[in-house]
Amino acid sequence: MAIEVEENRRDFLILTTSAFGVAGVAAAAWPFIRSWSPSADVLAQATTEVDIGALQKGQMITVPWQGKPVFIVHRTPEMIDLALKGDTESLPDPAKDADRVKRPELLVLLAVCTHLGCVPQPIGTGSYGGFLCPCHGSHYDTSGRIRQGPAPRNLEVPHYDFKNPTTLVIGKALG
Amino acid sequence: MSKIMEWIDARLPVTELIKSQATEYPTPKNLNYWWNFGSLALMVLIIMIATGLFLAMHYKPDALLAFNSVEHIMRDVNYGWLLRYMHANGATFFFIAVYIHILRGMYYGSYRAPREILWWIGIVIFFMLMGTAFMGYVLPWGQMSYWGAAVITNLMSAIPVVGEDLVTWIWGGFSVADPTLNRFFVLHFLLPLLVVGVVVVHLWALHAVHSNNPTGIDVHEGKDTLPFHPYFTIKDLYGMGVFLIIYCYFVFFAPNAFIEADNYIPADPMKTPAHIVPEWYFLPFYAILRSIDFLGAFSKLAGVIAMVASIAILFILPFLDRSPVRSFRYRPLSKQLFWLFVANAIVLGWVGYNPPDASLFHGAIPLILIGRISTAIYFSYFVLLWLITALNIEKPRPVPKSL
Repeated sequence: MAIEVEENRRDFLILTTSAFGVAGVAAAAWPFIRSWSPSADVLAQATTEVDIGALQKGQMITVPWQGKPVFIVHRTPEMIDLALKGDTESLPDPAKDADRVKRPELLVLLAVCTHLGCVPQPIGTGSYGGFLCPCHGSHYDTSGRIRQGPAPRNLEVPHYDFKNPTTLVIGKALG
Repeated sequence: MSKIMEWIDARLPVTELIKSQATEYPTPKNLNYWWNFGSLALMVLIIMIATGLFLAMHYKPDALLAFNSVEHIMRDVNYGWLLRYMHANGATFFFIAVYIHILRGMYYGSYRAPREILWWIGIVIFFMLMGTAFMGYVLPWGQMSYWGAAVITNLMSAIPVVGEDLVTWIWGGFSVADPTLNRFFVLHFLLPLLVVGVVVVHLWALHAVHSNNPTGIDVHEGKDTLPFHPYFTIKDLYGMGVFLIIYCYFVFFAPNAFIEADNYIPADPMKTPAHIVPEWYFLPFYAILRSIDFLGAFSKLAGVIAMVASIAILFILPFLDRSPVRSFRYRPLSKQLFWLFVANAIVLGWVGYNPPDASLFHGAIPLILIGRISTAIYFSYFVLLWLITALNIEKPRPVPKSL
């Protein structure tokens, strides 16, 4: 009887000591793991200002935002028509063109393929008049929606605002 | 001299260890040249660590400096070109040695009982090597380095729920950038040293169960074995000579044969090269990744799972193979499956090398179709090997009683 109690006591002590040890190591590991997350200076690169005053109809520019390329396209009426024609429910990732732009002629896209992160080629290179990702053959239309290929989602539209009619601010300031 | 050795042996039995584990270590007398590739892989590991250490003394793991520091090594550092070409081609020869080493184990049934743990440790080493090679390829910070890193780290984003956050965590930012390069350099430095540790465990496991041999039968010590030295030291040295001649040919006469020209263009986060290809040793797995494209939104995750599974399936190979005979030398069906597997792996590599929308005969046969079929054949090797052995479909030929 006494030995049994002793054993239970010993088991309890070993278990609790181990549990505290594991919890302690896990807590101590946190700062190390967290040190890999984006640092303060990386987070500070939250916004980019772009002058779009000189952007001509049909022209596309690529600007860096958070180290990633952003396509800004001044769409022609034909490109807009093509985009509106794609407003169907049968798309892999259905979305209305009107919900993806703030001004119909201005298309702003995060130029990072939703498949594996390559930069698609400029507008007009893919089927549907849009963007072709060269890595694995995803075709995005003139609204940046995925139409064909392995990419699971549409090209992301980053958060953007107009500081004044010709200045675009991409991203959201933190804090 | 012997007095000194006596003094040491009384405190640390060095002579005993060398005798029992090296010079007089009993080794099956019929080992053929396919058994050279373990020691060859070890030799390349030593070359890689030596050249890597000295390259690290000149390399700068900084997104602004990395590319130029590699060119500095190539042009300015004394024998820097030699160190770098030995290291870059060393990766290729490492994988040649390791692939042959793994295939030898598969052909002669070296993964079978009692060598399962030895086999598993080998697969762990293989995974570590792939990680090390991938991160090393990122360091020159050329276009292929950068976009290879972008594509491979993006694989992680396929993991449900946590994928996106995980990728940001690995990058240390919102894209592959300076923090990524810096940590990859540290890990590329650290991992090979861990590999050395796991290789020691691999050798420990080997020496616990001893070498398999081409017949696959259990050997009787003495009658069937020879002391490792001089019989196999000389054989290993001879193999190293031949291997080094081929290696040196590439280092000195075709040093860029395995390096993509695009990697001599500095990394540009704004522009992806028209055609991204991984290093040749990743091509079959890359082809498997790309072949799963018919599952809609689930394709990406499924592709990643298939790619990881294509190697991880080796872990259960010891249990899939139910044959009473280890060596495929006496197993006609398994032998045919094995060579189909090898040929198919080469086809997969070729598919992985070509652009995803390429085709044969002017569009008659899209490559993606060949990729899917090859992926199916790859996995069916393991299923068929299990079927023909579990259901006794294969009738092995008689094995010898002794060597």
